[in-house]
Amino acid sequence: MTPESICKILKNRFGEVIQDTAVGGARPYAAIRQSDNASWPEVARFLRDEPLLQLNFLRSITALDFLAESKLACVYDLMHVAVDQGDSLVRPQQTWGFAVRVVTERETPSLPSVADVWPAADWHEREAYDLMGIRFTGHPDLRRILCPDDWEGHPLRKDYAYPLEYHGIPGTTEYELTNPYH
Amino acid sequence: MTDVLLESQPDLLMDLDRREQGDVRTEEMLVNMGPQHPSTHGVLRVVLRTDGEMVLEAIPHIGYLHRCAEKIGENLQPFQYIPYTDRMDYLAGMNNNQAFALAVEKLAGIVVPPRGQILRVIFAELNRIASHLVSFGTYGLDMGAFTPFLYAFRERERILDLFEAACGARLTYSYITVGGVHNDIPEGWTDVCSEFLDYFEPKIPEYNNLLSYNHIFVKRTGRVGVISAEDAVRWGLSGPCLRGSGVRFDLRKTMPYDGYETYEFDVPIAQPGGTGSIPRGVCIGDCWSRYYVRVLEMAQSVRIIRQAISRLTEGPSIAEKVQGKKLPADETYVEVENPRGLLGFYVRGDGSAIPSRVKARGPSFCNLSITTHVARDCLLADVPAIIGSIDVVMGEVDR
Repeated sequence: MTPESICKILKNRFGEVIQDTAVGGARPYAAIRQSDNASWPEVARFLRDEPLLQLNFLRSITALDFLAESKLACVYDLMHVAVDQGDSLVRPQQTWGFAVRVVTERETPSLPSVADVWPAADWHEREAYDLMGIRFTGHPDLRRILCPDDWEGHPLRKDYAYPLEYHGIPGTTEYELTNPYH
Repeated sequence: MTDVLLESQPDLLMDLDRREQGDVRTEEMLVNMGPQHPSTHGVLRVVLRTDGEMVLEAIPHIGYLHRCAEKIGENLQPFQYIPYTDRMDYLAGMNNNQAFALAVEKLAGIVVPPRGQILRVIFAELNRIASHLVSFGTYGLDMGAFTPFLYAFRERERILDLFEAACGARLTYSYITVGGVHNDIPEGWTDVCSEFLDYFEPKIPEYNNLLSYNHIFVKRTGRVGVISAEDAVRWGLSGPCLRGSGVRFDLRKTMPYDGYETYEFDVPIAQPGGTGSIPRGVCIGDCWSRYYVRVLEMAQSVRIIRQAISRLTEGPSIAEKVQGKKLPADETYVEVENPRGLLGFYVRGDGSAIPSRVKARGPSFCNLSITTHVARDCLLADVPAIIGSIDVVMGEVDR
């Protein structure tokens, strides 16, 4: 199952919702049209349940910041893991991966949660919320996961301002402020 | 889920009354376990909602070691970032170096010379043994057995000596780097390594007699924290946690890297209790199975290292001109099978030598996320058994 054929199946099923599939590059993926972000959980469920695809394993959610275009994005990396294999060893051709990209506005970043499709998405979405500030609507428990609850800002944003102090602990020295890549 | 398990393994009924005996309910109380608790393997804090001896809910709180390693990756060239990957999973530094190096190589189109690939396999597998030995020893400690820990560390010392001879470091190696391995191995190193393998292989049955088949250990871990294969996949579990649930999935077989497809080795998975050398009183997906898969994997790693040493050829061990190489404006996501599971690196370039985004997908992070689902309606004493069997390294959970 190549990424190209998965893209084709998706386009047949969802039509215009699947856009700008960068097939042929080093890393092929499918993109969801931004105005149709609300249908992403439906696409996700299709990817998981369609007998041809069976992308039942969520590997990772990567949040991206496109400062110049004023957009944030999430890349969902998926894979098929066969549960019933008996005693046979898995051969390379028996598994396949795929990636989907969903884009949102930088000012009010919001994406529908897929935590009910893949429970693994729960902590990945919390991480994306914590470090990049993307709100996931419908997430069961959306709060910070790595930073403290009262932390200000989202560290992985490209325009993140380093904190000068946190509860009396100096965060940044004068030298570091003038030499950000020290 | 219990019903399904009962149907497939009727001898599970035998032990059910054990749970009922412990089920003394009084009133609910919140117990704060960690972040400085010895059985949480670092700084993990778990809030337990208890009722007498029963745990109704366990909610992990993480982030005590958070350093925002991904932000650091956006400010450094890939070869400068290699030492930071060591500090994520500090028990498997070699495997972490390898994952990041592979991602950068795929993005920048760097080809690793054959000798570099073989050396990578040797060191990755040695580190897998070392990491599983720590897991084996500390899990014994969690369950109240002190001696196996000393045996495990005796063997691990010899692996660390081998690492020290090759790269000078004993914990954070930065040995596997972009393009191959940093230095070639010293003369006579392979003989010492083979000597160690001959010494180590007969020790594995000894570990089984010491701990795996120990009656108390089996009672503490058998049929505790059972994860079904479907749940393991749904929660994104990988490595021994996934194989401990009976799913035969290993990235070294399904998506081979660094020439793993040319090596002969098996992928051990959990077997039901009472078959072969598996003691009665355990079932697929419980803490004991996750532990035992690690013990079996050590023997497979020995097999791989032996094959790798026999095919070690002369030649360069690192590709030329890799430092400062520009990364194309593209992205890639590469995973390796680390001792704890799938360690993935997402790297995005923008035409300069410094990546614009680095993301690490840690296996411990994903494996730990199932805790709330598993540690539910169990005994208080089962919580350390469950957390220990997941084998988390907090440095990589918090990154």
